[in-house]
Amino acid sequence: MSSNVLVSYWVHEPRHLYDQAASKVLSQPLVVPSGTHENDPQVRVLVQACAQQSQQQGVRKPYKEVIDVFQGDLHGAGMKPLTFVRQVLAACVYPPLINSNNLPLDVRQRAQEELGRCVGGSVGSYSAVAGIPEIVHSISEFIKRRDGGIPSHPENIYISPGSQWSISNILNVLVNREASPRTGVLIPVPCYNITVLSITQLGAVTVPYYLSEEQGWALQVEELQRALESAKGVCNPVALYVINPGNPAGYVQSQKSVQEVIRFAWEKRLFLLADELYQDCVYGENCEFVSYKRTLSEMGPPFSGTVELASFHSVSKGFLGECGLRAGYVELVNLDPAVMKHIHTLFSKDTCAPVLGQIALDLMSNPPKPGDPSYPLYKQEIEHIRAVLVHNVKRVHEVINSLPGFSCPPIEGGLFAFPRLNLTPKAIQKAKELGLQPDTFYCTRLLEEGGVFTGPGWEYGQKEGTYHIRFCIAAPQDVMEELLRRLSSFHMTFMKDFS
Amino acid sequence: MSQQAVNGVAHRGRVLTLDSMNPNVKRVEYAVRGPIVQRAVQIEKELKEGVKKPFTEVIKANIGDAHAMGQKPITFFRQVLALCSYPALLEDSKFPEDAKKRAQRILEACGGHSIGAYSTSQGIECIRQDVARYIEKRDGGIPSNPDNIYLSTGASDAIVTILKLLVCGEGRDRTGVMISIPQYPLYSAALADLGAVQINYYLDEDNCWSLNITELRRALNAAREHCNPRVLCIINPGNPTGQVQSRQCIEDVIQFAKEEHLFLMADEVYQDNVYAEGCQFHSFKKVLFEMGPEYSNTVEMASFHSTSKCYMGECGFRGGYVEVINLDPEVKAQLIKLVSVRLCPPVPGQALLDLVVNPPQPDEPSYATFMKERTAVLSALAEKARLTEQIFNTVPGITCNPVQGAMYTFPRITLPQKAIDKAKELGLVPDMFYCMRLLEEDGICLVPGSGFGQREGTYHFRMTILPPTDKLKVVLQKIREFHLRFTQEFS
Repeated sequence: MSSNVLVSYWVHEPRHLYDQAASKVLSQPLVVPSGTHENDPQVRVLVQACAQQSQQQGVRKPYKEVIDVFQGDLHGAGMKPLTFVRQVLAACVYPPLINSNNLPLDVRQRAQEELGRCVGGSVGSYSAVAGIPEIVHSISEFIKRRDGGIPSHPENIYISPGSQWSISNILNVLVNREASPRTGVLIPVPCYNITVLSITQLGAVTVPYYLSEEQGWALQVEELQRALESAKGVCNPVALYVINPGNPAGYVQSQKSVQEVIRFAWEKRLFLLADELYQDCVYGENCEFVSYKRTLSEMGPPFSGTVELASFHSVSKGFLGECGLRAGYVELVNLDPAVMKHIHTLFSKDTCAPVLGQIALDLMSNPPKPGDPSYPLYKQEIEHIRAVLVHNVKRVHEVINSLPGFSCPPIEGGLFAFPRLNLTPKAIQKAKELGLQPDTFYCTRLLEEGGVFTGPGWEYGQKEGTYHIRFCIAAPQDVMEELLRRLSSFHMTFMKDFS
Repeated sequence: MSQQAVNGVAHRGRVLTLDSMNPNVKRVEYAVRGPIVQRAVQIEKELKEGVKKPFTEVIKANIGDAHAMGQKPITFFRQVLALCSYPALLEDSKFPEDAKKRAQRILEACGGHSIGAYSTSQGIECIRQDVARYIEKRDGGIPSNPDNIYLSTGASDAIVTILKLLVCGEGRDRTGVMISIPQYPLYSAALADLGAVQINYYLDEDNCWSLNITELRRALNAAREHCNPRVLCIINPGNPTGQVQSRQCIEDVIQFAKEEHLFLMADEVYQDNVYAEGCQFHSFKKVLFEMGPEYSNTVEMASFHSTSKCYMGECGFRGGYVEVINLDPEVKAQLIKLVSVRLCPPVPGQALLDLVVNPPQPDEPSYATFMKERTAVLSALAEKARLTEQIFNTVPGITCNPVQGAMYTFPRITLPQKAIDKAKELGLVPDMFYCMRLLEEDGICLVPGSGFGQREGTYHFRMTILPPTDKLKVVLQKIREFHLRFTQEFS
């Protein structure tokens, strides 16, 4: 068995877990990560015990359906896809629809345009390695517009099946498995767990820098410095991974903060990996998303011409929420042209990203404009999604902070709440007895008894002795209200039981 | 920022350089999309700009992309996928009832009833169940467990994932992986990337590219000197060679794998592409189980399939799966972790796979059209396979084995010594020189045999048999004329 396949995380298996909780019969053992703190057999015993208990007592669950907010999955939580996007995709998939009067004219024209760019006029053919050239160009124009006119060059952009695929490919180029000491990558705590998986699976070491929870999860340069120093003699840090807006913590970096990070990367000679998937999810007043690329360029020389940067985006989040289509891109800045050639070869062996996903990227980069027949509906749908998210983050903040032993800073951006749990010693003790992390214990109970599927904080990393849960805030308002109702009710009972 | 600034000025030394980057990535090559294709794309640009050439279009016969060459998608599949993409169409009477039923079933299995939601990393459960049923039916009732099926982003993704699971060790203990020469260069690329040891076993060109156990044994024994051989990869039907393994051969390979304790990787993406008389696709799993429990309970195996080839040709959807046999449960747990880094396979590709394994049945409205389309594609391919072999064998200096299956021909070309010398002068491998010339003179893009591997001193090219029959005839004719000209020029 390959020794690099390690990892100690709550496995990415939403359906699997809620099926177990919601049904009375335990179909198969929970797939448990072989972690530093958890003991495989013990968790199985716990889940089996719960299931048996329910079976024996004929216990009925107080809920009909599990609310699954474990992942940043808008559609999974009940949000609707954008009509324009789906109409265009349908017409691309089944071209006779282009002649259908049931579809708006701009949809049909757009589909025709997209098909015209596909080899052989079919979404079933492979595209060029980096993506359909006109779509790559479209993305570069989108980036340029977003960044106030700063040019973006198509040759520096690669489309891939989801952004994590690009992140993996770039990490693969950076990580020298044979090197000693091992390659290190600075990561925030808390961090998106899948990227951590990518890093460790490639044989690199993570170097955590702690975001400051007291200051709304702010990134402090002194902490970056401390983290870098801690790596001395342990590994060779080559890259700095930042997530802005954050995941799981819902911060949006100020421009000053972005500048500080860039300066730090320049001083310490680190490759910058900027995960900007949530750039369309900004709610905080006085908050604004400013891209790393733009900031880097505006800082001028020596930074603008030297800091090596990879920025990532995708169709999975924002207003499209098209996680299942698997399409993302990376824009590479200031990379060595010789290295770029190898990056191209690396992407080429993956053949290409799914064409429907690529088309969705194009629609994201180039949505309907005022005057287009689809514009009014498009605008309405975008505004609705935005209103729901703004409302939800406010409600979540209100409700969580009204509960004892539960606190949450304002969610400025991103798609998650990452509230802090103040667990009692009794609860912590019980968790230990079961061989579980305290927040895993809380989440398991919340799933079993409350029917809400959330992620435990330890999964994403947190300061020792603190506990959190993560859940997606992109759900229809009625679902969110139900979620908050169940969460409140469960939380009160839990706190009482372990007081 | 200027283009130069965007690409950086190296006055200070970059973090990521040829020296500091992952040395394995430097070793990765992928000929199917390699330098010759890059030149072809350049030529296409020039044509668009109005540059005069002895041809008006570049024919890209380098890549196994059927739709790119004009093959039509299967109507039923596209109807269901359109319904899945935009469910409001379920109200549209122009769509047949069986398509609507399929779409509804798929949507119900998706989070929020949307193909835009994540699925589990292993793939939507009811689709895996359908895949298992398809495999059972195909293999004469031998059971298939949906838990052993992992949907993927095309078969390539699954192939790389399984290899990741298998490659480990250092130095002399580094995993060795046996691959056929010639091979589909995804394998060599993946092995280079993973730093695994590539163990070449040669297919027998003089015997229709057949596989010899003696040759397998030779390669394995030689490899044991410097690595730890653990895996044996087979592509059946073959790519680029097109050979369809006989049942006996498959049994022999399984026997060999058992004796030598090797993990079998069976790439079966061309399983519906079988043309030659007397040839039949036998799945490795079926043969394994028919050999009895001594084999079926012990030999560890992974079989791969995809939606990119066969009669569907839906490369752009990136649909595929792997079925694992006799994998240790703890290893399976690790496999789940590996696939979770991808989050999930593209849902439209999963949906398409569901339709491929669950096509219209005789009692359904779409059946007649479906069968007509499927038969048309496969019979056209069979005809083109025959035509290609026939025409190439009339050219002095080109010998072509029968194209028994898959989508390619891999003929052997005899090159005059002067041409070989000229190639050396230019720093090119002889068959690359040949193919570049063909590209420049006739606008036909093929992949040189060196990209797939071949016996020392032999030269080949790989051409797809996918262009429409009329165009294919023209292409074959042009290659014939080119070859004669080329031979003449360097005589």
